[in-house]
Amino acid sequence: MARHQVTATVNGDAVEFLCETGETLLEVLRDELNLTGTKEGCGTGDCGACSVTVDGRLVCSCLVLGVEAEGRSIETIEGMAVGADLHVLQRKFLEHDALQCGICMSGILIASRSLLERNPDPTESEVRFWLAGNLCRCTGYHKIVEAVLDAAREMRGA
Amino acid sequence: MSEMRYEAPTTLAAAVVLLSETMGSARVLAGGTDLLIQMRAGRISPELLIDIKGIPEMTSILVENGCYRVGAAVTGMQLIEHEAFAKEWPGVIDGVKLIGSIQVKGRATLGGNLCNASPAADSVPALIAAGAVVSIIGPAGGREVAVETIATGPGRTSLARGEIVTSILLPRRTPYCGDAYLRFTPRTEMDIAVVGAGVSLTLDEQGFCRQARVALGAVAERALLVPEAAAALIGTRVDAAALERLAAAARAASRPIDDKRATREFRLKIAGVMAHRAAEIALERARRRN
Ligand SMILES: Cc1cc2nc3c(=O)[nH]c(=O)nc-3n(C[C@H](O)[C@H](O)[C@H](O)COP(=O)(O)OP(=O)(O)OC[C@H]3O[C@@H](n4cnc5c(N)ncnc54)[C@H](O)[C@@H]3O)c2cc1C
Ligand code: FES
Ligand code: FES
Repeated sequence: MARHQVTATVNGDAVEFLCETGETLLEVLRDELNLTGTKEGCGTGDCGACSVTVDGRLVCSCLVLGVEAEGRSIETIEGMAVGADLHVLQRKFLEHDALQCGICMSGILIASRSLLERNPDPTESEVRFWLAGNLCRCTGYHKIVEAVLDAAREMRGA
Repeated sequence: MSEMRYEAPTTLAAAVVLLSETMGSARVLAGGTDLLIQMRAGRISPELLIDIKGIPEMTSILVENGCYRVGAAVTGMQLIEHEAFAKEWPGVIDGVKLIGSIQVKGRATLGGNLCNASPAADSVPALIAAGAVVSIIGPAGGREVAVETIATGPGRTSLARGEIVTSILLPRRTPYCGDAYLRFTPRTEMDIAVVGAGVSLTLDEQGFCRQARVALGAVAERALLVPEAAAALIGTRVDAAALERLAAAARAASRPIDDKRATREFRLKIAGVMAHRAAEIALERARRRN
């Protein structure tokens, strides 16, 4: 009774999975769908490592239930590169050495893409505010912000 | 937890039936940004979650006779992105913008912020200052109450068993009105208010304050409407002396606790400062709006 059969779209592919009511979307992605690029840092909405988009809306997947994904379209880090072609943001993060241990990275990339979709020309402070929900204990954020601004420049063709 | 059921009704009537007829504990699930954390911590273990986001009236922002009606399950980001609303109620938006990160605001709802009944909830003092009226539906039918009567203490509300908040109605805007919300936190983002203050005021053409409402968060067991602070502004040009009287009234109405976030003494002082600064911002916005 409490087990739900859910149909959703993940990175453009139709998926079906079973989950308990209490299982989070993060648990479903990692444990049922084997999409382990999305990370768990805190499980309480504080760190942003689990960031994904649901119908285009940036959320913490640790604060969404798997059953709520019914009929929705979810985008995770696994859908960001096209084959071997990295997304501009991914390339810029590498160029700028914007990551160290990398645990925060998929969340930060997903959050940054969501920002640039809405605001192709953000200021530094807009980038910092948008990413305030993504914690990184390694980099000190400076290189992350530089990488996002540089990616925005390239994507605008400026 | 494995026994927990989940329902996503598509009508208010169905939601009320589910909520009132469940024998054990049933909980409304809006954005889940408070509820999922409480479940995870083992503080609550409901038998049924009733997801209200599939009910159209709960997720829409409507204009009704020139007044905004915001569905209880409208998310923070939905409201922030609604440019016309943000222009009418910048102070409500000040409060909503402070609810956690972009990710959290993508899920967090106004109804959840209100019904979770945290004394530090950031949208609540702004809604109280705005004079918002809450629509509730339950087994006995519908009723409407002032927003300040919902929370009664930390985690406690005046909602009866089976009742759901459906929407929040804001009054009509007039020329020369402005509102603002400010909070004090040690960090600029992702923190819980040590003190919050919401002010809404209306000027006449000569610049005298005709109407005002002042509310404080995190200085008592629930957000407080402070009529004495509003009275300090009404009939004045909101000059320095009036603002000082407002600050004194805000301090006098506060009955804060001492905790790791701040001492009682600090909260009392800051309550006056936040009310004063919020009133200045509201005044500036009112002057610009004609
Ligand atoms: C990382 C993080 C940071 C946060 N920062 C802040 C902050 O700075 N300021 C702040 O104010 N809050 C903050 N919050 C708390 C939270 O996001 C807000 O309180 C939010 O508005 C709750 O809304 P929700 O829709 O997620 O509520 P839910 O979690 O879905 O529900 C909360 C409670 O209200 C009840 N409820 C919800 N909707 C209704 C309804 N329509 N009728 C009756 N009952 C209802 C639920 O049953 C539950 O008990 C933060 C949370 C997180 C995770
Ligand atoms: S794991 Fe979801 S926010 Fe930290
Ligand atoms: S690179 Fe280690 S947390 Fe960000």
